Amino acid sequence: MYIPMNEMLKHFKQDVPTMANITHKSEQWSPYHDNSGTVLAVGIPGAVIVAGDTRLSNGYNIMSRDATKLSQLTDKCVLATAGQYADFIALRKFLQQRLQLYEFQNEVQASTETVAHLLSRELYSRRFFPYYTFNLLAGLDENNHGFVYGYDAIGSYDKMTYGVQGSGQELVVAVLDNQLKGYNKINKTIPQTREEILDIILDCFSCAAERDIHTGDNVEILIITSAGTERLIKPLRKD
Amino acid sequence: MQYLDNYLQSKGGYDYTNVKRNELMKAQGFKEMPFTKTGTTIVGVLFDGGVVMAADTRATAGSIVADKNCEKLHVLAPNIWAAGAGTAADLHHQCAHFNAKLKLQRLNLNRQSRVNEVITKLTSKLFPYRGNIGVALIIGGIDCNGPQLASVSPHGNYVYHPFQSMGSGSLAALGILEAKFQDGLTKQQAIDLAIEAIEAGIFHDMGSGSNVDVVAITKDGADYKRNIRQYNAKSYQRQIPYDFPINNTPALRKYQFDIEKQELTEVGQEMEIIE
Repeated sequence: MYIPMNEMLKHFKQDVPTMANITHKSEQWSPYHDNSGTVLAVGIPGAVIVAGDTRLSNGYNIMSRDATKLSQLTDKCVLATAGQYADFIALRKFLQQRLQLYEFQNEVQASTETVAHLLSRELYSRRFFPYYTFNLLAGLDENNHGFVYGYDAIGSYDKMTYGVQGSGQELVVAVLDNQLKGYNKINKTIPQTREEILDIILDCFSCAAERDIHTGDNVEILIITSAGTERLIKPLRKD
Repeated sequence: MQYLDNYLQSKGGYDYTNVKRNELMKAQGFKEMPFTKTGTTIVGVLFDGGVVMAADTRATAGSIVADKNCEKLHVLAPNIWAAGAGTAADLHHQCAHFNAKLKLQRLNLNRQSRVNEVITKLTSKLFPYRGNIGVALIIGGIDCNGPQLASVSPHGNYVYHPFQSMGSGSLAALGILEAKFQDGLTKQQAIDLAIEAIEAGIFHDMGSGSNVDVVAITKDGADYKRNIRQYNAKSYQRQIPYDFPINNTPALRKYQFDIEKQELTEVGQEMEIIE
């Protein structure tokens, strides 16, 4: 079968992805970077336990093995943030300054509920260029009972007894639902003591580090009680 | 059928009939499926009398670890091994295909397979697919022309060099290799260098991790050491073990299957979801 040359060229000119007709879409610069990592917090009567891994990532690279995701804002509450580290630093700075001003003006530190509301308003003030932060505010309320407030990026929040945010969230949250709330159990045996809950938290981080590439290095734990703050660091996988 | 041969010859080597179809599918919203990549570190080091190849053992699907201990060193011939980075399925099938192809050729010709033959066959297969077969391989082996080491990119480009690294951790490994490689290494020195290079990839690249596999190929054969190094054991064991007693999980519905009658019947009452 003979195909004339100009027929053949017409066929090729239309369909062939030559250098002439491939249009390269240049990637638009994005102001957001996900520095990843996992944070979680659990509240029990008398204490609140906040944990976060200390790895800072950028794509496949490790920026730091020793970067804290936790920030103690008042004697009674701690902010734990996953997402963009720069936005965490900016948010933390704002909250620290604003809470210091509150203390000077009112001669008493802000309660956890007040801090929770302040954080929500600050996040919403940036509704149209959000802080890329997924926050947990963990603290003791007026009755010395530990609670966790979980936030989305623009400030919607809810009071809970435990919360997880970050890249390892999906891996960990189902385990906590089963162990701390007794989901899918007929006879629920819920751990009451600090030691049992710490045991569960450390295991959750160890398992998240196995399967999530962005979680690892060390896990930093803060335990807030009316007596003060205790800090623990445990090692995780470094690969 | 003569006209068909002439038609195909006049069309040329590349078949672009699916390009328009793919564009149409994308426009209709058809999303490309994600593949499991190996996000890897692999290295090859040439020494006096042979070649050493090493790889990590982590396979990732996005940012989740799909396999904590997979095998990235594949046999192509008794004297030629391949280390693979890229799409896991492509690597497995391409290596198995070439293994079989080379074996058939050895049976027909009664000659040992050669490294440059593998490179030629591989690159001829990969080039027409324009990089869509996602295999980045390091081929190492020893044949009648001595020990040889080459790397092949997914588009069909190949490079011969005394040391190679591929994969997402290749830059971390290359730093070690560039600093410490010398001509005329002994077998043990080459193995130690390869392991050190993979270590750099495991700890500094998050796409690579877990353990190190090594194979040393000499005239006497291939010495494969699976998991020669294991670094990162699970960091914590629960003090109070998980307790899942029997009959503690609520069943929403219960069915009974009678094998003889081949009947499925519902048993008991439908339960509510307990929170």
